[in-house]
Amino acid sequence: MELKNAVAGTLESGDIMIQIGPGEGLRVELQSSVEAQFGRQIKEVIEETLKGLGISDAYVKATDKGALDCTIRARVTAAAVRSTGVDVWK
Amino acid sequence: MRNSKVVTLEEAIRRSGLKDGMTISFHHHFRGGDKVVNLVVDKLAEMGFRDLKLAASSLSDVHSPLIGHIKNGVITGISTSGLRGELASEISHGLMKEPVVFRSHGGRGSAIANGDLHIDVAFLGASSCDCLGNASGCPRSENAKSICGSLGYALPDAKHADHVVVLTDDLVAYPNVPKSISACDVESVVVVDSVGDSSKISSGAIRDSKNPRDILLAQQAAKVIINSGYFVDGFSIQTGTGGASLAAVKYIRESMIEKGIKASFALGGITAHMVKLHEEGLIGRLIDVQSFDKVAAESIASDQLHQEVSAVEYASADNPGSAVHALDIVILSALEVDVDFNVNVLVGSDGVIRGAIGGHPDTAEDSALSIIVCPLLRGRIPCVVPKVTTLITPGAGVDVVVTEYGIAVNPRRPEIAGRLKEAGLNVVDIHDLAAKATSVIGVPDPLPFGDKVVGIVMDRHGNVLDKIHNIQ
Repeated sequence: MELKNAVAGTLESGDIMIQIGPGEGLRVELQSSVEAQFGRQIKEVIEETLKGLGISDAYVKATDKGALDCTIRARVTAAAVRSTGVDVWK
Repeated sequence: MRNSKVVTLEEAIRRSGLKDGMTISFHHHFRGGDKVVNLVVDKLAEMGFRDLKLAASSLSDVHSPLIGHIKNGVITGISTSGLRGELASEISHGLMKEPVVFRSHGGRGSAIANGDLHIDVAFLGASSCDCLGNASGCPRSENAKSICGSLGYALPDAKHADHVVVLTDDLVAYPNVPKSISACDVESVVVVDSVGDSSKISSGAIRDSKNPRDILLAQQAAKVIINSGYFVDGFSIQTGTGGASLAAVKYIRESMIEKGIKASFALGGITAHMVKLHEEGLIGRLIDVQSFDKVAAESIASDQLHQEVSAVEYASADNPGSAVHALDIVILSALEVDVDFNVNVLVGSDGVIRGAIGGHPDTAEDSALSIIVCPLLRGRIPCVVPKVTTLITPGAGVDVVVTEYGIAVNPRRPEIAGRLKEAGLNVVDIHDLAAKATSVIGVPDPLPFGDKVVGIVMDRHGNVLDKIHNIQ
């Protein structure tokens, strides 16, 4: 799947900003206000969401402000849709 | 005047007999606007002092210049109620060789009174002072530059320190009465440009939280109070300054008017909210250890029924005359509460020190009913947890925890749980609240604490309660 650079989410408290672009393999770079306690879980959620959308090659920069898993999934999905042009909601 | 004590800061320090290794003290009534700590410690560094122990009633963001003085060996020990900002972060990462000693406001008062915390020289800022040292947090002339109201946390220092220096930005004609600090306790008076920026104590206006979750928590807290059995004519109350706490006062006020119930006194950090209820005749007296905003500071300056008290009179554990022993209801906040009702208000869930003990354990333990109000989650940070990161207020003193997912009552207080259930409130088991938090956010990985002790938490009776380790 061909990826364009795309963004979803904000830097508000409780949100996460996902920047996605082309890459080889899944590479997730995470900055989080709750990194010590939840960094591992957040990366897992991002990777699982992308795999679920059939994306196995991408570079993701995630800036997290304490988002819950549901928010992370929504932002990753939105960024992926913008990046691939494939509407997964139809 | 022939006996004037007015000298320069340098001369006051020389006369004090201060030596390397001694303990100096400060109050924090100007909170984020304080200018005395940095001014005095800069001067002490310039004069070549080393190895000083700094005993402040609290420290905040504005005190980050202390980092340099710690690195240079001017300050080698700190005791305080709280730490915030860059200084707190550096200390959490291991800046100091000696751990910081944390005490509650009542615990500090007791420790000063009984000699556990000996102060060699106290440097106390005041908004007005005469040339002999009668000092007040209230402005007394048209030249006044600052106002902080109550000087409650400075009074044990003034009474017990070996040597007392008052710093003021308004030297007024003798006698500066009514006074908070007596000239009989003061050795030197120093006139400075500014002791503090009063606008940074807090904003002067009453602000009502618009956060819908705060409003929900406030409504629940008010219902707990109203149905607790303690909401009777003549009750007494203390609240914190958090959004939910302040909003709760609004709902309690409505119920007081409706039921014709009046409070005998409000205690603690006094806010504009409490002043308003007092002026409306709903609260008889205000007992003020710390004026939390300009409205409160102005009220204490002009209202005889708004009384200043020292930290000892406010919350000492070992003095049966302290006001907390007469307190019925206290509403408090928390960073974390655990399933044993223990509370942490000092160390963030990232392991970095980011708060202050304040009067939390003092009021929780001695009040008849202590209510903790906190959301279940702050973003991804859980507030109801299996075990608190740092123990500040033991669960034995905590009665009710109010969250947006339900109200937990300490099993020690079945009668309160019964009354709240009868009133139709959503009383839940605190274990269920912790489980609910985990179901939303998952189980957090353990924090990367190191082996170095960076902080020691003293309980209000002078015993070690917990240790804070460095964070990596």
